[in-house]
Amino acid sequence: MSHLLEVKNLEVRFALRFGDLTAIDGVSFTLDKGERLGLVGESGAGKSVTGFAIINLISKPGYISRGHILFDGENLAELPGEKMRDIRGNRISMIFQDPMMTLNPVLTIGTQMCETLMAHRNISRKQAEAVALEKLRKVYISSPEQRLSQYPHEFSGGMRQRIVIAIALLTDPALIIADEPTTALDVTIQAEIMDLLLELCASEDMGLILITHDLGVVSRVTEKIAVMYAGKIVESGPTENIITDPLHPYTKGLIRALPDPERRGQGERLQQIPGTMPTLTALPRGCSFHPRCEIKGGICEKEIPESRAVKGQKREVACHMAENPSPPPVYEREGA
Amino acid sequence: MFAFSIKRISQALFVMLIISFIGFSIRQQIGDPVRDLVGIRVSVEEREILRDKLGLNDPFAVQYIRFLGNALKGDLGHSFFFKKPTLEVILSKAPATLELVFVSSLLIIFMSIPLGIFAAIRPRHWFSRFSMGASIVGVSIPVFLTAILLIYIFSVELQWLPSYGRGETVNIGGWQSGLLTWDGLQHLILPSIALSSIMLPLFIRLIRSEMMEVLQSEYIKFAWAKGLRRRRIWFIHAFKNTLLPVITVGGVQLGILIAYTILTETVFQWQGMGFMFLEAVERSDTSLLVAYMVVVGALFVVVNTIVDLIYGLVNPMVRVTGRK
Repeated sequence: MSHLLEVKNLEVRFALRFGDLTAIDGVSFTLDKGERLGLVGESGAGKSVTGFAIINLISKPGYISRGHILFDGENLAELPGEKMRDIRGNRISMIFQDPMMTLNPVLTIGTQMCETLMAHRNISRKQAEAVALEKLRKVYISSPEQRLSQYPHEFSGGMRQRIVIAIALLTDPALIIADEPTTALDVTIQAEIMDLLLELCASEDMGLILITHDLGVVSRVTEKIAVMYAGKIVESGPTENIITDPLHPYTKGLIRALPDPERRGQGERLQQIPGTMPTLTALPRGCSFHPRCEIKGGICEKEIPESRAVKGQKREVACHMAENPSPPPVYEREGA
Repeated sequence: MFAFSIKRISQALFVMLIISFIGFSIRQQIGDPVRDLVGIRVSVEEREILRDKLGLNDPFAVQYIRFLGNALKGDLGHSFFFKKPTLEVILSKAPATLELVFVSSLLIIFMSIPLGIFAAIRPRHWFSRFSMGASIVGVSIPVFLTAILLIYIFSVELQWLPSYGRGETVNIGGWQSGLLTWDGLQHLILPSIALSSIMLPLFIRLIRSEMMEVLQSEYIKFAWAKGLRRRRIWFIHAFKNTLLPVITVGGVQLGILIAYTILTETVFQWQGMGFMFLEAVERSDTSLLVAYMVVVGALFVVVNTIVDLIYGLVNPMVRVTGRK
């Protein structure tokens, strides 16, 4: 059976003065039609780079050094420029983080919407405007006819993100990559935008890759999760399994760092993962996570853990110690 | 847009008031108009009478108000050398200077935009590196040296182009134009290249650096992600945003071109306002100097006001008050 998107062994490097830096190291995942995947991790884990690699838009000096990105049977990593351009914004749309920065300040909303359609379809401005209006209504923008002649600065942040989503929808893409679509927004607006995205993905049967550091959002929206750490996927599988029963110590740490509604008001401090993620220039030997890990063993400092399937579940984890007879969850660390 | 224009124009008038004040104060400090008028043979008593008659013994404020009143009527004083009203002298010289500045500006605009954009989107291309290097050289060579070099190469050695004067001109309603005759155009080439030699490299570098910054922005990345063709991204998305700072800085720079005409016109014996200005300095024709200051100040203000209005057209944020 063929997937909508199959990323296999993707490696992205940045050519720097002192040699190449591997930002993405052997990332693999699949996405079926209409499926929603969450890419989770700290800043710098390589989530966004993975997203941009899929549409082959890694900014220089980055480049895809290895691996396949099969989309609808075509390898996007090797597609020639003009063919790739016609996939971008057409079959695969992207939504960016900060709606204040995503729209061009000197062009009207109408222009910015119509040009996308006109770049991929052979239609007139009039026809393009009709589609634009339809999509603006879908994202609940009121009186869209007047909006077309307005400029981005006349909209609020939440409205701008709706417009960006409308732009992403214009060509009825098969896949939307949303790079932290709600991070720059107000908390109340965040939920609105997330619900809208979820609703649209379901009604249009679109695949979604949601890039975020917010596990709470991911657990509400996606069906699958891939947790990234220092350029690798450390754990992946169905959202439910991962949220309720994380195996990788990093995933466990992330989940423990979330506020738990059931224990709210008891004055309990949120737990954090000690330390910070290593920079790509100074990755530790062996497992990248071992300096911050609670269950590390001797092998972790020597060998890089391979991703392996978890018995009885449709998921994978890259950890030497996980699922081994590890000490029972003593999460109450000293001082907690 | 209307309110915006009114605001800009009243600001311009205020600036003109200040310029006239400075100009007038300078005239008060330099030279003695009575001596200029009558020479040194007239006795001290007679000079004193003349001075009273001309109102030169009145308090500064009174004289300034009188000067302003006359200026509003178009009377900026009399040039003692030309024996004519200064404004008349300047206006007869203005076409030569304005045509020179006009051609130079065109040269600057039509050269710097393509070169600047190219250097921004292909920063590693040999031609970009070459034009960046050449622009450093261009900025650092003084205008008069460029002018002399041009004359040496194209007039003396190659003998392709005339080295001085305006050549044949055509009179259109009192405007002596050199733009309409082949001879006049030939005479324009070297001076306008020399005049643009400082500003052109500045503009290329300005456009390049602004555009490179814009190309890094999120909305350009988004434009790529939308799958737009690169021409549209470069020339519509990026260039329109590049224009905003370029217009702001560029407007002022084009005004400064008028100041550089003094050097260029002197080297090429170009009978314009700049050339006249240096002559007036040599003859200590103070009235003419002050009139020149006021006229050039006015030109500056007009150019800047126009630039601001254009800026309002490009930048949608400025227009908000005048929305239909």
